[in-house]
Amino acid sequence: MSETTAGEALPKQPLDIIPMLLPVALALIMLPLVGSTSTWVTLTIASLAMGMMIFIMASGLTLVFGLMDVLNFGHGAFIAVGAYIGTLVLLPLAAWVQADSLLANLAVVAPAVLLAMAVTGALGIVFERVLIQPVYGQHLKQILITMGGLIVAEQLLYALWGPQIIPLPLPTALRGSFIFGDVSIAKYRLLAMAVGLIVFLGSMLVLNRTKIGLLIRAGVENREMVEALGYRVRRLFLGVFMAGSALAGLGGVMWALYREQVHASIGNELTILIFIVVIIGGLGSVTGCFLGAILVAMVSNYGGFLVPKLALVSDILLMVAILMWRPRGLYAVTNR
Amino acid sequence: MTDLLSLSGVTTHIGRYHILHGVDFAVPEGQTTMLLGRNGAGKTTTLRTIMGLSPASSGTITLGGTRIEAMATPDIAMMGVGYVPETMAVFSDLTVKENLVLAARNGPMDQARLDWIFGFFPPMKKFWLSRAGSLSGGQKQMLSISRAIIEPRKLLLIDEPTKGLAPAIVVALIDCLREIKRSGATILLVEQNFRVAEAIGDSVAVMDNGRIVHRGTMADLSRDTPLQERLLGLSLEAHQ
Repeated sequence: MSETTAGEALPKQPLDIIPMLLPVALALIMLPLVGSTSTWVTLTIASLAMGMMIFIMASGLTLVFGLMDVLNFGHGAFIAVGAYIGTLVLLPLAAWVQADSLLANLAVVAPAVLLAMAVTGALGIVFERVLIQPVYGQHLKQILITMGGLIVAEQLLYALWGPQIIPLPLPTALRGSFIFGDVSIAKYRLLAMAVGLIVFLGSMLVLNRTKIGLLIRAGVENREMVEALGYRVRRLFLGVFMAGSALAGLGGVMWALYREQVHASIGNELTILIFIVVIIGGLGSVTGCFLGAILVAMVSNYGGFLVPKLALVSDILLMVAILMWRPRGLYAVTNR
Repeated sequence: MTDLLSLSGVTTHIGRYHILHGVDFAVPEGQTTMLLGRNGAGKTTTLRTIMGLSPASSGTITLGGTRIEAMATPDIAMMGVGYVPETMAVFSDLTVKENLVLAARNGPMDQARLDWIFGFFPPMKKFWLSRAGSLSGGQKQMLSISRAIIEPRKLLLIDEPTKGLAPAIVVALIDCLREIKRSGATILLVEQNFRVAEAIGDSVAVMDNGRIVHRGTMADLSRDTPLQERLLGLSLEAHQ
């Protein structure tokens, strides 16, 4: 080790803004390729809305991954359960959903979301205690047991709700678009963007302005040292796991409303996409996860429009490109 | 003088490797005990075992009359044990202030205590709001020690604090450790630099191949050059 002195100047820490500029650069590059400005705006808004929903679902997973080095392939189960729990409120109160009033619509969507978050949060505690706790530090077993958990959850949903796809109409006031000249912006996409931004800002606030947030950030970086300071990281992890599961539930309801349907494999379908986002962002990084989700959604939307066949592999190609540039993701937090 | 910490027949395995083979020694209350030995002798593992980070496979560890070998690391820390690992393990994404906020377990930081720390580690005040990851090696070591002493601790476990540091910083660290000792703390210090050990150690335990091979006072070991060479395998010059 080279000798160091206390008196030497503190190296400046430039803010790493290159990853933040990536979505902007990508959007600008796509403008001439897409051709039509109105189509470009529509695709960009669609990407941002989709990215926010993916971020909501993935944000908990990145902290779980970073904090406890747990590979939870069962995260999709919370998305699916959240979506189904949402139908328990939204379908019986269809009259409120179909009402023309935004207030009436929100009065039914809000409890649906809260119930979904409460149930998935509680389920997260059970999942962590029963399935995750026995396999701490054993990655292969984690993959097997959490994938098993996802399959069991999916089959339970089939058993309880049946194999059919359940239509879930978007509330009336959230249907349609705002028209600005040639540009059409779907109302629900704006709502999704707003919710995603609130979740992101809320997460950043908690992580940067509270002691719990400091502990989570410290735990992601060095779990052992946090324990050596006298904190029970497993309790902290349980709280993070519960919050992550609740966010997955929120994402599940939002995604189901976006697709206007619910089926048991909704979580399974999103699992790989969410893992790609978490890996692109850097394990444990909420900001990285946020940017990764937007990038994945952009590549998916622009790619789907320009080269439809490419859409099948665009996420993987994006991940490969990012990892070749930054092998530990956009914002590396852990050494894993 | 009573022993604050005592280890008896402690064995530790890490994976399939048998690292500690029945470690026996005691740390008298209010004293600085040096744990010396060649690289790979098991010094760091001994500290980690006391801290519960590499749990003992067998044997007993007693802290202030309480058996701690089966306790979880956070419980051991809450008994008043501060730990400064060899890697320093500062939270690089957090500021100096945030690192210390987390280390202050009993509420807000005590300003008088903070001023006491700033007294021998002025860079901590200067870089209060800087990210710990941007500090130099010496500053990180200061932060790591500051974190361990931000509140009074019964026992401090410090692992090679002078490793890789410039002589001027080593002198500052020795002053700091003396000051901590004067405050009444009991210290178990792993150190490769024999001059540092001589300067601050009261008693000494020397390890080799996962066992304690010598116990005594630091003063006796300092006077006995042949014993130093036999136990530590290096001439005194090599330690300077």
